Amino acid sequence: MLRIEARPGPSKTMRYLSPLIAALLMLVSGLVIFTLLGKDPGRAFHAFFVEPVNDLYGIGELLIKASPLMLIGTGLAVGFRASIWNIGAEGQLTVGAICGGTVAIWLAQVQAGWLLPLMILCGGLGGMLWAAIPALLRTRFHANEILVSLMLNYVAILLLALLVHGPLRDPEGYGFPQSILFGEAATLPVLVEGTRLHAGVLVSLAGVLAGWILLEKSFLGYQIRVAGLAGRAADYAGFDRSRLIWTGMLAGGLAAGIAGVLEVAGPIGQLIDSVSPGYGYAAIIVAFVGRLHPGGIVLASLLMALLYLGGESGQMNLDLPAAVTGIFQGLLLFYLLAADFLINYRLVPGRRATGGRQ
Amino acid sequence: MTPRLQLEGMTKVYPSVTACDRIDLSIMPGEIHAVLGENGAGKSTLMKMIYGVIRPDAGHILWNGEPVVIRNPAHARRLGIGMVFQHFSLFETLTVTENIALAMDGRCRADRLAGRIRTVSEQYGLPLDPNRLVHSLSVGIRQRVEIIRCLLQEPKLLIMDEPTSVLTPQAVRTMFDTLRRLADEGCSILYISHKLDEIMALCHRATIIRGGRVTGTADPAGETAASLARMMTGHDLPRCAQDRPAPGTQPCLEIHRLSRKAEDQFGTDLDDISLTVNRGEILGIAGISGNGQQELLRVLSGEQRLDTPETITINGQPAAHLGPAERRGLGLAFVPEERIGRGAVPGLSLTENVVLTAHRMGMVRHGLLCMERAAAYARNCVRSFAVRCGSINDPVNSLSGGNMQKFITGREILQNPALLIASQPTWGVDVGAANVIRQAIIGLRNRGTAVLVISEELDELFEICDRLVVIAGGRLTPPVPVAATDREEIGLWMGGMFPDRPAVPQEAGHA
Amino acid sequence: MNGHLLLEILVAAIGAGTPFVYAALGELVTEKSGVLNLGVEGMMLVGAICGFIGMAKTGSLLVAVLAGMGAGMAMALIFGVLTLTLMANQVASGLALTIFGVGLSAFLGLTYTSIALPGVPALPIPWLSDIPVLGPLLFSHDILIYGSILLYAAISGFLYRTRAGLILRGLGEAPESAHALGYNVIGIRYLAVLFGGAMAGLAGVYLSVAYTPMWVEGMTAGRGWVSLALVVFATWRPSRVMLGAYLFGGITILQFHIQGFGIDIPSQLLSMLPYLATIAVLVLISRNRQTIRLHSPASLGIPYHPQS
Repeated sequence: MLRIEARPGPSKTMRYLSPLIAALLMLVSGLVIFTLLGKDPGRAFHAFFVEPVNDLYGIGELLIKASPLMLIGTGLAVGFRASIWNIGAEGQLTVGAICGGTVAIWLAQVQAGWLLPLMILCGGLGGMLWAAIPALLRTRFHANEILVSLMLNYVAILLLALLVHGPLRDPEGYGFPQSILFGEAATLPVLVEGTRLHAGVLVSLAGVLAGWILLEKSFLGYQIRVAGLAGRAADYAGFDRSRLIWTGMLAGGLAAGIAGVLEVAGPIGQLIDSVSPGYGYAAIIVAFVGRLHPGGIVLASLLMALLYLGGESGQMNLDLPAAVTGIFQGLLLFYLLAADFLINYRLVPGRRATGGRQ
Repeated sequence: MTPRLQLEGMTKVYPSVTACDRIDLSIMPGEIHAVLGENGAGKSTLMKMIYGVIRPDAGHILWNGEPVVIRNPAHARRLGIGMVFQHFSLFETLTVTENIALAMDGRCRADRLAGRIRTVSEQYGLPLDPNRLVHSLSVGIRQRVEIIRCLLQEPKLLIMDEPTSVLTPQAVRTMFDTLRRLADEGCSILYISHKLDEIMALCHRATIIRGGRVTGTADPAGETAASLARMMTGHDLPRCAQDRPAPGTQPCLEIHRLSRKAEDQFGTDLDDISLTVNRGEILGIAGISGNGQQELLRVLSGEQRLDTPETITINGQPAAHLGPAERRGLGLAFVPEERIGRGAVPGLSLTENVVLTAHRMGMVRHGLLCMERAAAYARNCVRSFAVRCGSINDPVNSLSGGNMQKFITGREILQNPALLIASQPTWGVDVGAANVIRQAIIGLRNRGTAVLVISEELDELFEICDRLVVIAGGRLTPPVPVAATDREEIGLWMGGMFPDRPAVPQEAGHA
Repeated sequence: MNGHLLLEILVAAIGAGTPFVYAALGELVTEKSGVLNLGVEGMMLVGAICGFIGMAKTGSLLVAVLAGMGAGMAMALIFGVLTLTLMANQVASGLALTIFGVGLSAFLGLTYTSIALPGVPALPIPWLSDIPVLGPLLFSHDILIYGSILLYAAISGFLYRTRAGLILRGLGEAPESAHALGYNVIGIRYLAVLFGGAMAGLAGVYLSVAYTPMWVEGMTAGRGWVSLALVVFATWRPSRVMLGAYLFGGITILQFHIQGFGIDIPSQLLSMLPYLATIAVLVLISRNRQTIRLHSPASLGIPYHPQS
């Protein structure tokens, strides 16, 4: 019989181990799900987790998918560390794509090197603008930022649909809800021959690096952490809490907005009515699984990207439903939250199951 | 005669500490029995085991001679055990009647219960209005709710955990009368306290606990405060070395006619408060908690800013419009009442917690943190204030209450403040640590710093302060030199009977 | 606008508001115990598909209702284990529940997307339904709508007239006090969480079986989140939940009627209405911090675990 006992202090080892335990449990659950679906678990596992990345092209795809996840995840981590729950990254990404994409469409004749940076700038500003709404309503009116930012996701997606059905629609596109294809200068260059890997990955990595300096090295990052761990200590020390709320929200909006531009200027190449397969939500999981630390977030984004690729590959090769990806994503976060219990508690052999708790 | 309650070998082990180690205790019907011990000695854990909140790891309980296993508080209440908690177990947004109904195990109609509350509370001289919402009651009245809640169950044993910290000396006497009457009616009372004079005045017998073990039993009437203290702490009570220099006359902190409505509807309005704290003096603010201390402190620390800068000046500089960080720039340091979550950030190390307020001591350059400097500061603080810890990289919440308070006080004092404000500096701290902290505050004063201490412990204030004021109902008495007053007078003021001013409307039970 | 049309809109608003009634009243009970479950959207979706499958397989409304409630409770149980037993962060756990529910419901619903159900027949109450205006407004609905009104009455009575309701309110206010008095805080919170799950599941069943009797991936379209906002809007009072639910039902209905009037507004703009309205009411109600402070359960969202 095992019994649960509080550790004298939180375990550092478990802090790092718990995401690995979660990933492992998710893989085991995967085998069970595959078996229940009547697939050979070994083959399905291979098709889901190995096949997508066993060549250069596959690795490129993995990085393409990981790129927005790590960028948004880092941005969200800034807010999450301050206990600012921005779950509106999906909408911020969409508005970023709209802003950057509109620049590309308006300036379709331009063939200059400054076009892409301008698009990225506008996309980042668009994402920040969208994130500024919940930040403003939270700091001025105490409105819950979780619900406001989430509602704005629906609004942003409808806004995008409105635009690609109307003003931004390609006049020669046979009425399809899509814009013209972006020009050469508005498209991210491919980095590695034989893959689709584009320069956006470098932008994302730069964003992660900036996030790391902010979170781990700066005084502002320290203040964010204090506000998240103990708001009253932040007040006591005189840290400006509404400034920290703004910082947390805008960092997420900036990252998501830029990620949105990188999507439309990279793999998609035009504005369409759906620019993200739920990256904004998946990035929340990435941020948590990555322990709100930029290094961990990079690793977690690779794992999540693999789940996306595996979903596509499983659908093509094994007729597995694509929705399995969503289940895996949810399970991963469940397992992480459960495994985190072991940071503060441990299981010891003993006579009473209730042990130190009742 | 069979003892009402007998404990044999009660033991409770936590992963890091043995809270109770084979404790024996027995109490007769009608006996008032003191359990005496320092903070952290294991008194509260022992009482919670008797009340069924905590399950013992070993040991037996005999109730009227019969062995029992007390499964939960409802079971304890059925046996006839009642408990008044130190940190009240009340529900603020519910009425007095609802609060009491939640502790009554049988079904009872609300209107009948309200009637009984009225009768019983008046019968014991502790009148209560059953329809009031608890959050609108003062701390003293809330304690009455707790006591009446127990008395309605007609207990055979009443456990009282540090009950007098929320009462004026006069109210303490009223409560003692109530307790003696209960004892005369045959009720046994377990009285937990670390206040020696109270125990000598009230109790028939005392069991002394130190470090989770019984170190002796005594007849308090036959002991002196010093001898009880020796049993409690294992050594003689330390006294602060006072060597008072002449108190300064140069004002450092000045408050001019501060009035303010409470921002929280559960709070106290501040009413026309004026006060001057001079350099090189310790000014104490006495009062029962909930009389405006929190509100005053938030205004003084800058957590609550005012639009009228001149209302508060620090060294002559208008400061009432400034935030905490800017006031620290003027030389303010502040030790808040809550250690964990306000004075220190749980989950962060000692080094990281130094940065919280001492970051201006060269720990930030170009917006980036310089952790080496923070670590040096933390090491200095740990050494100078004898903070017992594994390492400065340990999370701050792994420290004991006393060590954490030494750390926080040290962090503030090492910034060489011109003005130190300390709220409840030794609340819940063991005697040794309390002495280190008081001595450090006195040392700071002797170097010319102005110190404002807010405390509910009169003994402490009389030991370290130069002048005293009392806060009651959001109003302040004029200051009085410590040598020119006594506990009796301060106690009257704490009850709202101000000198030369109309009495503050008393919040009695409104019965 | 003539009276007939107005009545028609009001009747439709009650139908459209019913999922909010179920989900928000369930969440209200959960939150009264001090637990914030942000997974309503996920529980609602899983309830919707399980109810739909139950109905499609057996044709029995009872089976559909039980399946949906059971599924919602199963989802809530996951949340309960994470937050109550393993003390995980409630916000993160609620988000995880929604993400998982979106995926799980899409997965379960794969083979049901092209099926249409007969719907739930209206059950006019004899005599009462013949009263002009009030008859069609109140007494000519299907059984699930009557059920939602009964639920409101039951929850109001429970919270403010029974001892169990008093315990629940006290628990959400001060779990330490409740524990010290001997109440099983964790156990009661489990019950409240499960009840919230069952009601969210039932809200889903109403959507997929009665309101639009078919299954579409993600068909709740944010209604779970709106329900969460409604609880805040109602400042944790059941009667105001009803008001808010029907108000939002009305806004949902209005977008169809505006188009019906031949006003040329892009449909996407109209679809934004409920979301923008949610933000608007949140801002309006949150402006006064004191109201929220006074009415919200003091321990909402804060993990509690008794030491023993």
